[in-house]
Amino acid sequence: MQIATMAELAASGKQPEVLFWVGCAGSFDQRAQRITKAFVTILNKVGIDFAILGKEEMCTGDPARRAGNEFMFQMMAYQNIQVLNGYGIKKIVTTCPHCFNIFKNEYPVLGGSYEVIHHTTLLQQLINEGKIKLKEGGSFKGKKITYHDSCYLGRANHIYEAPRQVLEALDAELIEMKRCRSKGLCCGAGGAQMFKEEEAGNIRINIERSKEAVASDAQVIASACPFCNTMLTDGVKKEEKEDSIQVMDVAELVAASLAD
Amino acid sequence: MTYLLQFLFIAIFAVAVGLFSKKAKHIWQNIRLGKDEDFSDQPAKRWKNTLLLAFGQKKMFKNPLVALMHFVVYAGFLIINIEMLEIVLDGVLGTHRLFAPYMGGFYSFLINAFECLAVAVIAVCAIFLIRRNILKIKRFLSKDLQGWPRSDANFILIGEIILMCLFLTMNATDTLLQSRGAAGYSEHLTGNFIVSQHLHGIFSGLSDGTLMTIERMAWWIHIVGILAYLNYLPYSKHLHIMLAFPNAYFARLEPQGTMKNMTSIQNEVLYAMQPELAPTDAVAPDKFGARDVMDLSWRNLLDAYSCTECGRCSAACPATTTGKLLSPRKIMMDTRDRLEEVGKNIRTNGSFQDDGKSLLHSYITVEELRACTTCNACVEECPVSISPLEIILELRRSLVMEESNAPQEWNNMFSSIENNFAPWKFSPDDRDAWINS
Repeated sequence: MQIATMAELAASGKQPEVLFWVGCAGSFDQRAQRITKAFVTILNKVGIDFAILGKEEMCTGDPARRAGNEFMFQMMAYQNIQVLNGYGIKKIVTTCPHCFNIFKNEYPVLGGSYEVIHHTTLLQQLINEGKIKLKEGGSFKGKKITYHDSCYLGRANHIYEAPRQVLEALDAELIEMKRCRSKGLCCGAGGAQMFKEEEAGNIRINIERSKEAVASDAQVIASACPFCNTMLTDGVKKEEKEDSIQVMDVAELVAASLAD
Repeated sequence: MTYLLQFLFIAIFAVAVGLFSKKAKHIWQNIRLGKDEDFSDQPAKRWKNTLLLAFGQKKMFKNPLVALMHFVVYAGFLIINIEMLEIVLDGVLGTHRLFAPYMGGFYSFLINAFECLAVAVIAVCAIFLIRRNILKIKRFLSKDLQGWPRSDANFILIGEIILMCLFLTMNATDTLLQSRGAAGYSEHLTGNFIVSQHLHGIFSGLSDGTLMTIERMAWWIHIVGILAYLNYLPYSKHLHIMLAFPNAYFARLEPQGTMKNMTSIQNEVLYAMQPELAPTDAVAPDKFGARDVMDLSWRNLLDAYSCTECGRCSAACPATTTGKLLSPRKIMMDTRDRLEEVGKNIRTNGSFQDDGKSLLHSYITVEELRACTTCNACVEECPVSISPLEIILELRRSLVMEESNAPQEWNNMFSSIENNFAPWKFSPDDRDAWINS
């Protein structure tokens, strides 16, 4: 895979149009790496002028902040803003709604103001502009797909339609779970829950959500967040439905449907 | 006799308004115990929110049927209280139906409208009582409401039904006495009213004297009831009928995903990294996050008083609905209870005396705080713009930064972020390893 880093471009005096912020999950989690690669495949195919920070990228501080550790968050934010401003970054695209939210809503007051776009919105724009060309009768045509709203895209930032429009462009049959859009049920990972054991209760949140997704009769559960993806993949396995239901990121669905 | 009654009325009225003002002042003082936060921006948008969210009850209409019923009670109760102006003036001046002679047909039109609304209010309150007590609606069955909160809700509904019945009884006996030409009533012929005329059958067998007694009793109990209700409000969840309005005005306007910045810590980092940029006059905070109600913003405290304990937040909360201890409604109820306790403490002692308690731990436990996924479902659901999430996050800050109280897994996550710049223990050198994997 050919991907430029900011350092390389800066060395040759170049500035990409957009920085792809890969995020920790997208960088290190094996499942999420596939989402990252799918997204890069699309960017390369469309010919988007982008770069990544590579080894210079760091955690945004989101899980630390939500857990209550403001010191750590501020340290991370400071360092990231130094790097981003140092490269004169204007626009950031990210595949993680948590990174998206924190850049869009929480970095500006700290001196880090960028145009921030979530990958589902970018994909929708590229499809609308005709820059992403999809296969006629792609592999998801007529398939029942349900979209799981990420809290940090949906309620946090009111992005409900972009990912759905992308799915509709795949000629898939979009079906909704009972709790969707502003009423969408959390996957259970947010607020740093991803990094600890759940509190005692009747059922795990990701199982509750996965049961709902399974009941929707969908063949594919589309996610737009690497953490939702992990949670729902685990839930579908627990329900023993992993052979009949796929949990895939919107970017993966698009990448698999690109026209040659 | 009339003078005596006028005097009695004025005395009751003055005491009721005086007591209410005193309690209102306490609530005002309690809210001001919170930390300053500026909400003076975007007044146009704020007025729009007040109009849409409070007057228009926009968020209630997510469930149109319930919203419509709620709107009937709200509008009915509010509009019928226009009649209060006449009742109070009658009481003070010793008159009877003061406005009737001046308004002619419009008077009957108004009272007819009030009577129709009164019937609608009675009907809806009855349905609400059934919803609360007979239908098994989860958010009303919840253990959050055990004891006083559950009775509180029922008292309000029963109270409204009684007040409306008194209003109709008052009109029915009055118009019956008018038709009989009874002294004191026949002077102001209003004619029969749309609903109360059908109650004449109940009273027609009674003598003029008995009717007058019933009419007067209904009038007095109605007005004293309303004054009692006014004084009950500040102790009740029903305070939302007043505070929903400022709460909508002071609604948070930034996207819901935004977490409040801590300038104090931002400055700490600047001191360490770029001292030349750090402000030199910033005062260091005495503590980080919130341990007690005084550490929260006044906005959070206004939220607590505005909460009517409807439980829409908890019904949508992923933690509550999967059986975790956390319930966002309880967070708001706990905050109000603790705030009342702190307010009392201050009024008794002149200033706050340590009572060995705090919102964190004594009211809201660590287990509750830990269960929150920060998904914003509670914030999204609240019809009166309350954020339980903001309180949860402030308490979490206190837990982690003041007490170093975090589960081991979170401590591991913190140290990974610190050392590896990722929440997992991967080498930062491998961050771009996915490119070639």
